[in-house]
Amino acid sequence: MTQKLGSFPGGLKLNGQKKRSTQVAIRKMPLSKKLILPLQQHIGEASIPIVSVGDKVLKGQKIAKAEGHVSVALHAPSSGTIIAIDEQPIPHPSGLSALCISIETDGEDQWIKRQPIKDFTEHTEHEIRQLIRDAGIVGLGGAGFPSFIKLNPGVHHHVETLIINGVECEPYITCDDMIMRERAEGILDGIEIMCYALHVKNCVIAIEDNKPEAISALELALGARPHLKETNVVVIPTRYPTGSEKQLIQVVTGKQVPTGGLPIDIGIVSHNVGTTYAIARSIKHGEPLISRIVTVTGREVEHAGNFETLFGTPMHELLEFCGTKRQPEEPFILGGPMMGYNLSGDHLPVTKTANCIIVGVDDGAKASTPLPCIRCGECATACPVSLLPQQLYWHSRAKDLDKAKEYNLFDCIECGCCSYVCPSEIPLVHYFRFAKTEIMNQQQEHAKADIARIRHENRLARLELEQQEKELRQQQRKAALAATQAAKVKQAAELPTEPQTTDSQETQ
Amino acid sequence: MLTAILAITLLALILGLVLGFAAIRFKVEGDPIADQIDKILPQTQCGQCSFAGCRPYAEAIAAGEVDINRCPPGGEATIHALADLLEVEFKPLDEECGVEKPKMLAVIDEDRCIGCTLCIQACPVDAILGAAKHMHTVIASECTGCELCLPPCPVDCIDMVETKPKPNTWRWPDPAHIDLKLGDQP
Ligand code: SF4
Ligand code: SF4
Ligand code: SF4
Ligand code: SF4
Ligand code: SF4
Repeated sequence: MTQKLGSFPGGLKLNGQKKRSTQVAIRKMPLSKKLILPLQQHIGEASIPIVSVGDKVLKGQKIAKAEGHVSVALHAPSSGTIIAIDEQPIPHPSGLSALCISIETDGEDQWIKRQPIKDFTEHTEHEIRQLIRDAGIVGLGGAGFPSFIKLNPGVHHHVETLIINGVECEPYITCDDMIMRERAEGILDGIEIMCYALHVKNCVIAIEDNKPEAISALELALGARPHLKETNVVVIPTRYPTGSEKQLIQVVTGKQVPTGGLPIDIGIVSHNVGTTYAIARSIKHGEPLISRIVTVTGREVEHAGNFETLFGTPMHELLEFCGTKRQPEEPFILGGPMMGYNLSGDHLPVTKTANCIIVGVDDGAKASTPLPCIRCGECATACPVSLLPQQLYWHSRAKDLDKAKEYNLFDCIECGCCSYVCPSEIPLVHYFRFAKTEIMNQQQEHAKADIARIRHENRLARLELEQQEKELRQQQRKAALAATQAAKVKQAAELPTEPQTTDSQETQ
Repeated sequence: MLTAILAITLLALILGLVLGFAAIRFKVEGDPIADQIDKILPQTQCGQCSFAGCRPYAEAIAAGEVDINRCPPGGEATIHALADLLEVEFKPLDEECGVEKPKMLAVIDEDRCIGCTLCIQACPVDAILGAAKHMHTVIASECTGCELCLPPCPVDCIDMVETKPKPNTWRWPDPAHIDLKLGDQP
């Protein structure tokens, strides 16, 4: 199918480095003895545990429920016993810990009773969304946004096009490529469900032209489903960061999502291929999201490839399984070399957003000292959002955050194109991440300061009132005293022998 | 008896009216620049700027009596914001006032507290709960970390602890330390 494609400014042609991990079919990572499940594996509110230490759980059993609107449930990836609900190190750039549920597996891998749905059209769209939420499904492309929210067009929107994102533009990562090659049928099942929930017919499966196997697998599967006549595979040129949501929309539709807006504002919804497959599993097979495909690759990995891994599996076990030459605690990259981050530590669990682990990047960043900016403007040319990275850098570095905001810091997608091209090797994107979290923190602090100001003012007002009351009481006492004395004097003058009147009692 | 009650009530009423009136008058005549400055100050109310709280410091800045670099809890970010607002040059923090340090939180060792209420009287934001002769507690979410409750405590049972970072409030570190060469302006 040919379609006129749009484009976005900047971007990079990168060496894909994808061969190493696509030689062998998807393999299953063996069951670990212990699974560690962070309660927050998605954007939004952390889930709330509904099990206690000592409980026996079955594979697929819900162990934590969604809290608030932007949240999803969490399930036991295998059968076993809950051995702890406490803080454990999580895979996060901070290296901090967060609340996790730990399960000691019993090796039986025994499923809970699953409830597959044969004909999803017997359920309302709302019910489908709730099932997807209850299955714990979040965007598996890396962001982890709860998927059911992006399946709700709302009353004010009409969805014209559903885009299935099979672009996977970042080097090294191949989990989406492999799922498209091997599980095309499941992806199409997912598309049918999503089109139903969104009331949309037109669907585009966008794949970069460096994945010919995936393209033919999906085209073949589509050929056998004539009823999906408005679903098309669209092949797009390989360029980084086409896989980023707003850039992909620009390429596929030629339309631009407004600053601060959402794709739905221009009638578009996009989901990742892995998410699409997970949705099909949850509805057609009644299986909640308990595993994902993780690419393990890099120079130090002997058996690089893609592994279907249960959530909570310690990353070092996965790395050992792949024959990685790695010292304990040696750092590795989670995510891609452009947008991922370094992690160290051995007991970090695989989570819903862990798409790729790289040990040993071939053309990785040299740890060098940045040189002064030479104002070459390369960074601005490379930026896919048409920002001015050198200005942003200057203001972020000077901590002049308001100025950084004026230069649209929050439109930055942290793709790293600017840092990549900078001849002075300035870690530009680090500055932008720093400035963004700094601004968000300041906003929180301002909210707190406002409360402190009010409390302080209330206190001052209260103290003043107390002071006035005190003075009032003193005056009162003085006045009363004076009155009594005056009365006494009067009485003494008028009736010196009469007993005291009740006057003095009044002053009590 | 009755006259006294009446007198007190009447006086209270009049005073209340006066207070209310004063509040309104004060608002009308309130200094808008001081308001804006006060908005920027961190409201820790610690007095390190040598004023009795953030508001008096804001008023002194507005009156042009003092420099903008006297607030250690606000640190550099606050000085930048003030410099921007008042269109004056940025100045590094006046070290005489103190140094910028991570945010702290007061915690009372409840086993040692004798319930003397002195800390309550010192706390500028009423962040301490407790009654006479009963142990006292700090409401963590309200404590500004001003440390004003430390000196009055006769048994030294209040500690300042660093607020524990959480993954969702964690900040990427400032990469400035990687830049060894200075003066690289874009
Ligand atoms: S690419 Fe680097 S050196 Fe060139 S203008 Fe941007 S920041 Fe400066
Ligand atoms: S990291 Fe931000 S500023 Fe740099 S190229 Fe990407 S979007 Fe532009
Ligand atoms: S030093 Fe800062 S926080 Fe403390 S009272 Fe003065 S202005 Fe407020
Ligand atoms: S509890 Fe202590 S440190 Fe906290 S705000 Fe009150 S006086 Fe300041
Ligand atoms: S000042 Fe110290 S001993 Fe007194 S109530 Fe406060 S914490 Fe307790």
